[in-house]
This record gives sequence, structure tokens and C-alpha cells, in this order.
Amino acid sequence: MPGPYRETDLTEKVEAFLSDLKRGGSGTGPLRGSAETARETTALLRRITAQVRWSSAGDLMEVIRKEGRRMSAAQPSETTVGNMIRRVLKIIREEYARSRGSSEEADQQESLHKLLTSGGLSEENFRQYFTALKANVIEAINELLTELEGTTDNIAMQALEHIHSNEVIMTIGRSRTVEAFLKDAARKRKFHVIVAECAPFCQGHEMATSLSKDGIETTVITDAAIFAVMSRVNKVIIGTQTVLANGGLRAVNGTHTLALAAKHHSTPLIVCAPMFKLSPQFPNEEDTFHKFVSPHEVLPFTEGEILSKVNVHCPVFDYVPPELITLFISNIGGHAPSYIYRLMSELYHPEDHEL
Amino acid sequence: MQIEGKELTKEEKQRLRKEKKQQKKGKEKKDASLPQVSVAETAAPASQLKAERRARQEAERTSKQSKKGDTGQPATTSKPKIPPNELQPGTQNTWSDHPHHMLYLIKQWLSPEIFFFQIPRRLDYGYKVSLFSHLLQYSRKAPLTQQLSIPSAVIHPAIVRLGLQYSQGIVAGSNARSIALLHAFKQVISDYTTPSNEELSRDLVNKLKPYISFLNQCRPLSASMGNAIKYIKKEISNIPSQFKEDDAKKKLLNCIECFIEEKIVLAAKAIAKSSIEKINDGDVILVYGCSSLVNHILCEAFEKGRKFRVIVVDSRPRLEGREALRRLVQKGISCTYVLISAVSYILPEVSKVFLGAHALLANGYVMSRVGTSQIALVAKAFNVPVLVCCETYKFCERVQTDSFVSNELDDPDDLIVTRKGETQLKDWQQVPRLGLLNLVYDVTPPDFVDLVITDLGMIPCTSVPVVLRVKNVDLL
Repeated sequence: MPGPYRETDLTEKVEAFLSDLKRGGSGTGPLRGSAETARETTALLRRITAQVRWSSAGDLMEVIRKEGRRMSAAQPSETTVGNMIRRVLKIIREEYARSRGSSEEADQQESLHKLLTSGGLSEENFRQYFTALKANVIEAINELLTELEGTTDNIAMQALEHIHSNEVIMTIGRSRTVEAFLKDAARKRKFHVIVAECAPFCQGHEMATSLSKDGIETTVITDAAIFAVMSRVNKVIIGTQTVLANGGLRAVNGTHTLALAAKHHSTPLIVCAPMFKLSPQFPNEEDTFHKFVSPHEVLPFTEGEILSKVNVHCPVFDYVPPELITLFISNIGGHAPSYIYRLMSELYHPEDHEL
Repeated sequence: MQIEGKELTKEEKQRLRKEKKQQKKGKEKKDASLPQVSVAETAAPASQLKAERRARQEAERTSKQSKKGDTGQPATTSKPKIPPNELQPGTQNTWSDHPHHMLYLIKQWLSPEIFFFQIPRRLDYGYKVSLFSHLLQYSRKAPLTQQLSIPSAVIHPAIVRLGLQYSQGIVAGSNARSIALLHAFKQVISDYTTPSNEELSRDLVNKLKPYISFLNQCRPLSASMGNAIKYIKKEISNIPSQFKEDDAKKKLLNCIECFIEEKIVLAAKAIAKSSIEKINDGDVILVYGCSSLVNHILCEAFEKGRKFRVIVVDSRPRLEGREALRRLVQKGISCTYVLISAVSYILPEVSKVFLGAHALLANGYVMSRVGTSQIALVAKAFNVPVLVCCETYKFCERVQTDSFVSNELDDPDDLIVTRKGETQLKDWQQVPRLGLLNLVYDVTPPDFVDLVITDLGMIPCTSVPVVLRVKNVDLL
């Protein structure tokens, strides 16, 4: 029977993905970019939709939520997984609403007016069965996948609107989005890039070699020199790991210092982030989402006896408050940080914020 | 150059003539020392340097013994890594024993060039970032003394050793460098003899000029060293002309001792005393890099019984914080260690920031190790008080508003790192548009600094020109 085979095949794929996530986060497995993770998650969700037996939208959402919880728990710092799951859940809701015939906006948000007039009819349990629902959902997920394919190019296309000639641009660490952005601008403009190396992982080195091979004048500086050279920098362009719901960032460590230095010199700080990095989480306390890796990167074991007497920290991420950010550039255009909450409401349904 | 390796100067020539007149007895005709010296010339520069030093030491020894009792042993610098000169065992022969030969050599080799020896310019290394192309950038692997041999006739061996120690980073830190410089100058002064037609006060100052330019080529002078040199020059030129040479030298050595004692050692004690009032029990103190003064303060406070813990922030490529960490842990202070990129993570725990300074500029800016201004910036954003500790001899009359115009560029190869078996920047020289920037200093604006603790008391950053003015009035 094809059914069980497909199901075991599916569970295998899910398990493989989960173990990849777990290994990737600790730095030992293959490092994957966020775009790749997003794509794989979406592909996996499409497979689940296609292969798991479900009768109504509610069932499907339950299954996806369950799998989604497991996937998020495998690597909590990898928020793109959770974001994709919420996107797919929203797709399912929309398709269901369309199949039912009601307009999308009516079911969208709870408003005071609706609460008073409808009086509880906004309860939706997604129990109706529609034959075309499966096909519609899969088609919508395919559209989502196509959108994901094109995010980097969409962002890179906007580069010429933001970079003029003879500029000095500063960036930190390695972001594939920023790399594509700068390379696209370099085809028509001449400018200079300063890369902060971002110890201890020193990913800035890779970024610098890659940019200089494309003909961009690049300089590598140490993290300690960020404030010293900031007075000659015209723009700061960075990538990020996650965009939080209040417009703040969770980015690689050292970004907060960079943002403070840019603010001090009134240098605009531009964040290139595709929409799948937008997460409905709010930052509640500064340390609730910190991730640490082995302190061996900071103080190697060769240092000897002092290791047992010293605390060593090696945080991976930094929180940057939205007041320090000037502009977000995403695949759907540029926005101010104060607009992020609105975009979030378009992408995710409020009931899905908690998986 | 024909005059390579010649150990004779005008003073020695004079001394030898005197000895020739004094010694009428027969001498041993062993020419052992001479050929040894000439053989050493053809050997590698390092051993040549040693042979020169050896031979010169012998000459000094015998000349001193012939005049009067030997007073000065060569003063050791604070961190001697090169072993002290070894004397050839048992030989009594020096050039003073062979005056005829000496005279011949003197006549043959003495030429005007030896007195107008120009210190050759050290070559720049690697691609320089355009914003800093007015500064010099050297490689640590090619020190000045390897590119040519410095005849010890022109540069005193103690100065050569000091220059090497500076360029290799063996002596680092503004206090250590100043103390090493002063010790080397003590050695130079005690070995100095006034030529017959010259005055000590003028000639010695002229003698110091090539030394200073040599040291500058090895590593640009720091502000503290500049102030120390100014002080010495002033003292030398103030020697009254009726002083006998030995008295003058004794006075100068005494002055240098006083300078070190007052301005560095006692100042540290005074600063430690005032800083301890600022450290309370339960404090979490953040320090950056390795400042001898700040370490001293923390150790003193710990000994006095204050309960606090320290967070040491470090940065690549120098990683000086590890040295500070070792010293503090040895004392028993509980420490945490992070890199500078994690400073905004760790700062909410911190109650005070103690920073050391390389120099304090007359417009109130603090010149210090690169990264200090960043720490002060983030501390300000988190409302944590920033205290800078600095002795008054580091106050400088220069003014600077950014870190570009006058700075020091270190070896760019230091930025290269190998992680997980891959060295990304290994061939950075081949890539045409890639530059590595290794800055050494940066300036912190005075609005980031809350207090400056000096040996004259606790002053705000803006009072630095007042202190300078008071100091200058004193010196007059």
C-alpha cells in the first residue's frame, strides 16, 4: 500500500530535517543560511500537506502545528522555521475562507465592532470539508516557495536606489543578502566597503574576500576599531538573523555597538532583511533569547590553569532596539521600523503567534 | 660601506691617545681581539652586533679601570629578553694595548660620514588603506636592524636592543616603554664622554638625536616617551658649564631616577589611593585590555579588602586582556572574560568602567588603545560611569578630534586567523582591492568620560589644559 510507505518516508524526512536543525545550530553541522532553512521548511510542509491524511482544514492545521512545535523546539534560535509554519497556517486559513465564500478581510482581525455586533460568531472551527482545499493550499505553498526563491534578487535590485558613488559603507560579519546587495550596486557604482570582522567567528573575512573578488574596494577592520572609523562612514548596511515584531533586531553580536556608534555619528543604519525573517516575537527581556556557544572560541583551552577560575561568555546574538534603525529593505520594498508591526499582521494570523 | 663595524668614535680616539701617552710599558703583541673583531664583521649581523658589543664593553671596562674605579654596571632594562652581553673570558687585550695599530686604523677609517650617519628609512609593508596612507605601516617580521647593520659607533647598543624590543612588541605599554627608554638613556649617559672641544650640555643633546630617530623608526614614539625625552633634554641643557663631567653625569642619572620614581611609581601609588575610594563592596568593574595602572589599582583595592569582581574585555588581534586576566586571577580576584563584541551583552551587569590611557590630549580627548572609545560609548548608553586613570606625565599638548590624523598602524598580518583549518585572508596581498587595517590607538571624546583620576587628584576631562599650564609654569 502506498499510504504507509509514504508516511514512513515522510517521517524520515522530518526526522532528518530535525537532526539537521539541531546540529546546524551548535556550529558542528553544515552551516545553512536562513533562506535555505526557510525553503526546506516550506518544502517539508508542502509534503506534509500532500501526504498526511486530513479531512478538514482544522485537522491539517493541527498536524502542521504539531510538527511545527517539534521543529521550533529543535533549534529555538532558528526563527525562520517558526515563521514559515505560521505563514503556511495563514495560507490555510485564507484558502479555507475563500472556499467558504466569505471575504478574507471580514475574518481577519477581531475588531470591537465585530465583537459587539456578531457576538461570538467569529468562532471558527475549520471543520467543513472542501474538495479543492488541498489543491489550493498546495498551490499557495508553491507560490510561497517561488517568493522565497526570489527574495535575495528582489532586495539586490533595490541597491542602486540607496548607494551613490564614492560612498563608504560599513557592514559587520557575513550576510548573503548584503553581499548580493553590494555586488549588485557595484556593477554600476564605485564605492568602498569596510567590513568589521566580528570576532570570534571572524565571518567578516569571508565577506571581505568575496566582495573584493568582485572588484569592490574592501577593508577589514577589527571589532575594536568600529567607533574609531565610524566618523568616515556614510552608511551602515547590515543583515540580521531575525526581525522582531517591534522593529528591533536579533543580529550577530557586535551589532548593537555598531548601531550605537552609527547613532552617535548620525549615520543611517539600513537593514537588509527578507520577509521570512520577520518573527511575531516581541523582545520581553534582554536575555530570554540569548544563545551561547562554546567559550573555547574566546579563551582556548591552551590557556591552562586560569580556565577553571574564570567565567567566559561567548554570546552569539545581540538585540538592537528599533530606535537605532533607519530603514528596513525587504523583498517587498523599504519600510521604517515603525511599520513592521503592520507587515506582521499581514503575514501572520494573531492566533498563530503561539504555535 | 667601508666603515661597517668600526667601533671607533671621536671620544675613543681621544681616550686612546691619552692612554698611549700614559702607557709606556711593553704590551702583549697578541692581536687576538682585532682579527676576532674583523672576522665577526663578515659573519651574520646578529653575531656582528654581539662582537661589537663585546669589544666595546671591554674597551669601556679597561678605560674606566684605567681612570678610576668602575661605577656603573650596565643598567638592565625592564624586560631584557636578549641575554646580557658576555665578555670574552680571560683576555686582557683591547685596542688600548695596541696603540700603534689603533692609530693606523683610526687614520684609515675615520671619515666624515661616520658623524653624519642617517638612520635609513624603514620600508612600508603591504597595501595601506587610503584613509591612512599618510601613516607608516611596518611588518613585524622585518625589523629595521635586519635590513642593515647599525654600527654601534653611531647607535649605542642599549638603544639598538631597545629598538628591537619595541618593534617586536616585547616591551609594550606606555609605562613600560617609558621606563625602558629611561633606563637605556641612563646607560647611554654613563657611557658618554665629552669630546675635548664640546660642552656636555650641547653635545649630549646632539648625540641623542639619532637615537631618538632610530627608536622612532622601530616604533613611533608614544606621548609618554615624548614627554620623558623633553624632560631629559631640558635637564641636560640646564647643566651649568662649570660642572665636571662626572658630576654632570651623576646629576643626570639622579634626575632620571627621580623622574621615574616621582612620575611613575609614586604617581601610581597616589592614583591607587584615590581610586580605592571609588571602589565599593559588591562592585562589578569592567576593564579593557592590559593597563599596568588599572591592574595595580585593582590589586591594591583587593589587598585592602574590598569585595568586587572584574570583567575583562579583550579584543583581537593583540589579546592583551589575557595578560591582565592572568595577573588578576593570580591575585585571587574573581574574573569574567569576554571579547569586545559581547560588551553590550555584559554591560547591564557592570557598575563601573575603569580605563587606562595612553595620553590625555589638551582638548580633553583621551587617547588610548583602539576599542576604548567603543566601550565608553556603550557604557554611556547604559548609564554606567566611566573612569579613566592616567598619570600627569602622559598629558600631552597635542589636540586631536579623530583617530585618523595621527595614529599608529600595526602589522596587518596580525588580523589573519585560521579557524576550522581555513585561513580566509591568507593571500590578502594578492587580492588587488583588499586591505587590512590594524589600528593601535583611538581617541575618546570627553563627553563619554565621567572622571579622570590623576596623581594631582580627580579632575574632569576638560581640566587637562589647566594641568598642562600649571606644569609648564612649574618647569619654567
